[in-house]
Amino acid sequence: MDFSAIWQNFDLYLGGLRLTLELVSGCLALGLTLAVPLGVLAVYGPLWVRVPIGIYSYCFRGTPLLVQMFLIYYGLGQFEAVQQSIFWPVLKEAYWCALISFTLNTGAYTVEIIRGAVATMPHGEIEAARACGMSTLLMLRRIVLPSALRRALPAYGNEVIFMLQGSSIASIITLVDLTGAARIINSRYYLPFEAFLTAGLLYMAITFVLVGGFRLLERRWFAHLRPREG
Amino acid sequence: MKKIVLSVIAGVLAMSVGIAEAKDWKKIRIATEGAYPPFNLVDADGKLAGFEIDLANALCEQMKAKCTLVKQDWDGMIPALKAKKFDMIMASMSITDERKQQVDFSDWYYRMPAQFVAKKGSGLVISAEGLKGKTIGVQRETVSDKFLTDNFGSVADIKRYATQDEVYLDLTAGRLDGYIADIIVSRDAFLSKPEGQDYEFVGPQFSDEKWFGEGIGAAIRKEDKDLTEKFNKALAELVANGKYKEIAAKYPDFDAYIRK
Repeated sequence: MDFSAIWQNFDLYLGGLRLTLELVSGCLALGLTLAVPLGVLAVYGPLWVRVPIGIYSYCFRGTPLLVQMFLIYYGLGQFEAVQQSIFWPVLKEAYWCALISFTLNTGAYTVEIIRGAVATMPHGEIEAARACGMSTLLMLRRIVLPSALRRALPAYGNEVIFMLQGSSIASIITLVDLTGAARIINSRYYLPFEAFLTAGLLYMAITFVLVGGFRLLERRWFAHLRPREG
Repeated sequence: MKKIVLSVIAGVLAMSVGIAEAKDWKKIRIATEGAYPPFNLVDADGKLAGFEIDLANALCEQMKAKCTLVKQDWDGMIPALKAKKFDMIMASMSITDERKQQVDFSDWYYRMPAQFVAKKGSGLVISAEGLKGKTIGVQRETVSDKFLTDNFGSVADIKRYATQDEVYLDLTAGRLDGYIADIIVSRDAFLSKPEGQDYEFVGPQFSDEKWFGEGIGAAIRKEDKDLTEKFNKALAELVANGKYKEIAAKYPDFDAYIRK
């Protein structure tokens, strides 16, 4: 075991950590923004909206993230038309390709989480809202979304952690994220154990913070479900 | 309990000694990448082929050993050799000082310079000034990577890939301004192909021993000195009896880069 090479190159890991955090938080924010309206529409929308959402969610959950990233990065890049298009400055960069594929992937899973939570609203609450004369929009805003998002939280916490670990494949398309940094150190010093262990510990540290954060959120959002003290 | 533990440990030790002693090199496992044509590649039938595969088979025949070829990713090849996943690497690995600290090398069995490749008429100049801000691709942890990192790492944006194929893909997609690799690999696997039509070699050929080492050799674990000797002897015999030259002759324009 020789960790001296790791310490000497720790800035490489820190740069990798930064990129990992950037990619994961970026794709999660975008994915959630995409997923909340789509998740609601998947339940309340008309058929011609529900079907495409279902297809999107099915396609991205039905194929591995790695395959999606290869399709977007290497696949699209092979078409003249894409290279000539206005999207090329974005698709040319590995960073944006990773962000796009991660966003579409986490979006697809999150749509499903939100859809499930919205669809399993207790029927009585919906009827009560209707009986009060609420419009669908008002009911969504006041009754359905607050309850559904709250119930979706544990499942979403899981998705966030999956996305963090999934982001390690960004290293395959030349990005130097945490895993990419470990790959470089491994190949330069032939220290696979030390290099990947360091990356692993850093991933674990992020996961620890995420798990703690979601615990706090759950305490807050599920406060009404806890037994009363005193 | 203690006795059981002790006897298990003793047993394991005895077994590992047994394995170490049982090596008469009748069976040799050779690792190659299978993604570096024309030296090693996977052919249309999914079988390993190429100059190094032909050479390995001839050497094994000469050593009277039964060889198994193993396909292994370039990343992590040396650690896998040390972990005894196989006994030898023949994967166009340059003999460099850094690698020599980890493993032993046989005598070199071919050597050739590296050169940059860029789009025809790109006007790419190979100098610190000319490469400034340019995106240059290279296969990770190759001698070309080391050369590029040490000489132009501070000016050029270096993109490192796991395989050489990905470098070609990103060059033709326009994500790279150029790349650097061994000349025959570039010529055979890219420039002579339809997708490489618009690209050409630029700048001088580099073969400085500081980065490129003395040539390509087979990597063998340090404790297996007998295997290294065996390999070198067989290689010398193949050179002497003309078989080595015969194998090389199957590959165009190879003559300049082999042992004489």
